[in-house]
Amino acid sequence: MKSNAKRKIFINNMITYGIVAAAYIIMQVLVGTGHVSSLLKGLLVPFCIYVIMAVSLNLTVGILGELSLGHAGFMCVGAFAGALFSKCMKGSINPTLSLVIAIVIGAAAAAVFGMLIGIPVLRLRGDYLAIVTLAFGEIIKNLVNAIYLGRDSSGFHISFKDSMSLKLEEGGEILIKGAQGITGTPQAATFTIGVILVLITLFIVMNLVHSRTGRAIMAIRDNRIAAESIGINITKYKLLAFSISAGLAGVAGVLYAHNLTTLTAQPKNFGYNMSIMILVYVVLGGIGSIRGSVIATVILYLLPEMLRGLSNYRMLMYAIVLILAMLFNSAPQFVTMRERIMDRFGRKDKKPAKEAA
Amino acid sequence: MGFINYLINGISLGSVYAIIALGYTMVYGIAKMLNFAHGDVIMIGSYVVFVTVSTMGFPPLAGILVAVLACTLLGMTIERIAYKPLRGASPLAVLITAIGVSYLLQNVALLIFGADTKSFTSVVTIPAIKLADGQMTITGETIVTILTCIIIMLGLTTFINKSKSGQAMLAVSEDRGAATLMGINVNGTIALTFAIGSALAAIAGVLLCSAYPSLTPYTGSMPGIKAFVAAVFGGIGSIPGAFIGGILLGVIEILSKAYISSQMSDAIVFSVLIIVLLVKPTGILGKKINEKV
Repeated sequence: MKSNAKRKIFINNMITYGIVAAAYIIMQVLVGTGHVSSLLKGLLVPFCIYVIMAVSLNLTVGILGELSLGHAGFMCVGAFAGALFSKCMKGSINPTLSLVIAIVIGAAAAAVFGMLIGIPVLRLRGDYLAIVTLAFGEIIKNLVNAIYLGRDSSGFHISFKDSMSLKLEEGGEILIKGAQGITGTPQAATFTIGVILVLITLFIVMNLVHSRTGRAIMAIRDNRIAAESIGINITKYKLLAFSISAGLAGVAGVLYAHNLTTLTAQPKNFGYNMSIMILVYVVLGGIGSIRGSVIATVILYLLPEMLRGLSNYRMLMYAIVLILAMLFNSAPQFVTMRERIMDRFGRKDKKPAKEAA
Repeated sequence: MGFINYLINGISLGSVYAIIALGYTMVYGIAKMLNFAHGDVIMIGSYVVFVTVSTMGFPPLAGILVAVLACTLLGMTIERIAYKPLRGASPLAVLITAIGVSYLLQNVALLIFGADTKSFTSVVTIPAIKLADGQMTITGETIVTILTCIIIMLGLTTFINKSKSGQAMLAVSEDRGAATLMGINVNGTIALTFAIGSALAAIAGVLLCSAYPSLTPYTGSMPGIKAFVAAVFGGIGSIPGAFIGGILLGVIEILSKAYISSQMSDAIVFSVLIIVLLVKPTGILGKKINEKV
């Protein structure tokens, strides 16, 4: 029985990896044979970024059961940490190695922030946690826009006023220029690297979900008091899930930073709207379903780009679909209605939405 | 003199936050949900006043009345369509739906009015008062805002403590099941709460846009979030708490803009929220709620 369940999980995981790998191969073949427009080519890396974001947010929302509205803030931390490293190291080490280290640094920085913010706020529940993560995302964006960082022979200089007050020596270099952000980050991100990172993200999250730790986290989600009563350390597991989720968002951030020449923190890329967009992907893919997040991101990200004419209505449609999805999935009367329909068609093996991962 | 000027501006901004926070805190107390779309109701209210007064030439008071009615209807419609079916569902589902509604309102406004900034004409016609030989100016908007806030606070407190519907609201927020058993129409009470909250949002929108006259589809979201911070600061569910929290937050924001950094003022305001939740998660006047198994 147990090995059967394990096999099922294994097959399930393999299907998810398979989808990503197949998508990668198909894209590579299409690119190789010249069937891909330059527009779509430009979307390949962002696309990996959003998949990573959606999967990592799903870890918080679906597996941990807490709503985070500041996910873009962690992405911002990762992006700036990674870009700063790359800019400092530009030309002195191998670009690929530099990117790998940047990713590790970005992930670590975001995870540390996740932990710092998590220690106080994970004691809060539901709405409070959501609003604090939102507040945190805005704080990060504000801080990054106000920071000036420069480097000269005597070391790093930091200021929150302007580039003049850094008092750099002759030949000193400004690394972060307030609202103008970081310029001149090497564009090292490629589709292949993106897909590898997506696979690593999936590997981390899916293994976590099916481990003892993952079961403990889901027990906390389903009934916090019951979980506590059987000796699960709530804070520890919550913090663990939250920091991993933040760290993975940091990875997405590093990828984002290395896909652009200029990195700035604007409401558009690291603001509240970005967090919401990622949340839409997660909700529509199915809260708690990792594969669902991947598929929903692909469809929702590619569709509007394909249908340019509808771009004005894209956000409107997202909003309507988000509301309808929540109503149909969670409203008690719709749930009973759906179950009745299911019964009529004699489907016996229906499983609760949260279980599929 | 500068300090007192900033203080008065802070109290004025804080009064707007307090009015918005009332909507949050009442809905949270009674429906136990965070109505994320509240900030966007403010924006819709401001657009209604903008259209009726600036475009159609209504007198300001009539415009405000139309906005209040429109927002009341909007609030009740939102509650009926999006929130009522989810009663009894998980808080996460309700919160995500509320975010969806907020997003929907923003994008509807974006499609109707466009993304460009509309310059809102102040509806206040009272002239500014100059004190201390002109060193200190109190604008008409400031006076009207502070007075409105006080009137609303007094009116609402009286309504809740003296009227039958107000008592029903208290009962529903205390224990929904018991309130049903006592013959209180719970759904009606919740709808009434949304109606009052949304009407207040319309007034807050007019006051906000009179003081800061630029109107975009995103005007409501930041003040909305800050007002929520104010509601948490004062203790969510508590009406005097919303007042105190709003005023304090407004003063903190204006003072930090003036003396620390205008760029960082939002960061400072949000840090206040985090510190409050760390030190006293129930806010200044909030009650501790024990969770039942």
